[in-house]
Amino acid sequence: MGRELLRYGLTLRRFWGTAIAGQFEYQLNLLIELLAAVANLVGSLFILSLFFAASADPARSSSLGGWSWPQALVVQGVYTLLDGVATTWLRPNLGAIVTHVREGTLDFVLLKPIDSQFWLSLRTLSPAGLSELVLGLGLIVWALPRAGASLSPAGLAVALPVLLAGVVTLYALWFLLATTSIWFVKTWNATEVLRAALTAGRFPISAYPPVLRLVFTVVLPVAFLTTVPAQVLLGRAPGPLVAAALVVAAVSFGLSRAFWRFALGHYTSASS
Amino acid sequence: MLRVARALLVSQVALMSEYRAEIALWALSGLLPFIMLALWRQAPAGAALGLGPEGLDRYFLSAFLVRQFSVVWVVFAFEEDALLGRLSPHLLQPLHPLWRYVAAHLAEQLTRLPFAAAIAALFFGLNPGAFWWPSPGRLLLAWLATLLAFAIAFLLQSLIAALCFWSEKASALERLLFVPFLFLSGLLAPLAAFPPGVRAAAQWTPFPWLINFPARLLAGLPVDVAAGLAAQLAWIALLLPAALLLWRAGVRRYTAMGA
Repeated sequence: MGRELLRYGLTLRRFWGTAIAGQFEYQLNLLIELLAAVANLVGSLFILSLFFAASADPARSSSLGGWSWPQALVVQGVYTLLDGVATTWLRPNLGAIVTHVREGTLDFVLLKPIDSQFWLSLRTLSPAGLSELVLGLGLIVWALPRAGASLSPAGLAVALPVLLAGVVTLYALWFLLATTSIWFVKTWNATEVLRAALTAGRFPISAYPPVLRLVFTVVLPVAFLTTVPAQVLLGRAPGPLVAAALVVAAVSFGLSRAFWRFALGHYTSASS
Repeated sequence: MLRVARALLVSQVALMSEYRAEIALWALSGLLPFIMLALWRQAPAGAALGLGPEGLDRYFLSAFLVRQFSVVWVVFAFEEDALLGRLSPHLLQPLHPLWRYVAAHLAEQLTRLPFAAAIAALFFGLNPGAFWWPSPGRLLLAWLATLLAFAIAFLLQSLIAALCFWSEKASALERLLFVPFLFLSGLLAPLAAFPPGVRAAAQWTPFPWLINFPARLLAGLPVDVAAGLAAQLAWIALLLPAALLLWRAGVRRYTAMGA
């Protein structure tokens, strides 16, 4: 078991080392990505501020679904962080699954003496999302004290697993969709639909009408990606919610794994 | 000339209708205006806009529809063609290569039409109170404004596509165009919600004329028709020569990939 883990760890180091070395050849692109990330954040904050601007006059009690401006900024920070994770990790890897299926190169992956989900999910990294990771973290750190929350080590010990659970849930959703390419081949667009739906996570879930709140909690767990981690960071999350976030992550991950096994049973390779 | 246009369109429509499922998914990925509508309807800031609940519904449905029929992807198609060397035969034909992409876009919009209509029908089914039918005159104007919006978006992206002649990865630059489009076009919030200073500044960019203006026309909201159409035509008059000049300079430089 230990040697097995070490083998996977060493493989991972080789994967990412080569990926990053390759990507740094496009330095201009990195600069463009940085500019785009900053502009994107500025735009998001501008749109968010519109919800607070009009209601600011009476009694200064402006809120979005019960969230104050600095609290909503924490949600925005978690969203930016997750978007950075998606850009650095999920999009380059899971986007490639479709190509592997279409061109038949998935056969070579399956023949390797390594777990195929591991290989497909962690093969490469793209530094394009690094700026978003930094900006998201910065926004969270900046907004937390202004929202009246101070993060104790104990609080951090709860917040980190919940944030991680959000990342795992996001990964599982994305991987589930990418897996359907075994049957439908071209699911690149389906992940675009997922991305569009996930933008709902820019805002606290309580700002949506009840029906959508239900959809974003039960059907497409957007709530557990951004709102719940933000609540935990703010120290406003009840215990059961924390547990629910962890359970959702575990179930999603288990589902993604089971579905991948099931899909491989139906894989017939390209042109056969 | 007309024959060429017909042949191009017919072949592109046939090609695009093979990708019906994909285009349906593309249509679905444009749902963002509906998510924003849900927020604006709940928020007190939405009521302060003075559009009324129906006005808000109609604005965002119109924004969705305008976006569906002015989506542009020429830079991605062109980059692929340039990298794979498919561009060389196109350049030899006695037809500006951009026309081929124009035809592809129009054909794709035609294939999108039923899906967009289905989403609009579903929207009215869920919100019967929001139903409206614009007067024929307004409908015609909104169609014209959407077509002009498409033209502006197409020319903007063609400028970036022409940069593919100099760089292999010009599509990365498209992000720098898309981000301001997303926030200033009115797709996420009607321009009426912007603070006056930002609104005034935004109106000097091409972006509000791409969504906000045609959407207001279609939704039957008060809008200065003459000023909007004039702004759209001015942007086209500015961008068309720029795109053509940059393109010509690029073609002169072009030596096919790998040469």
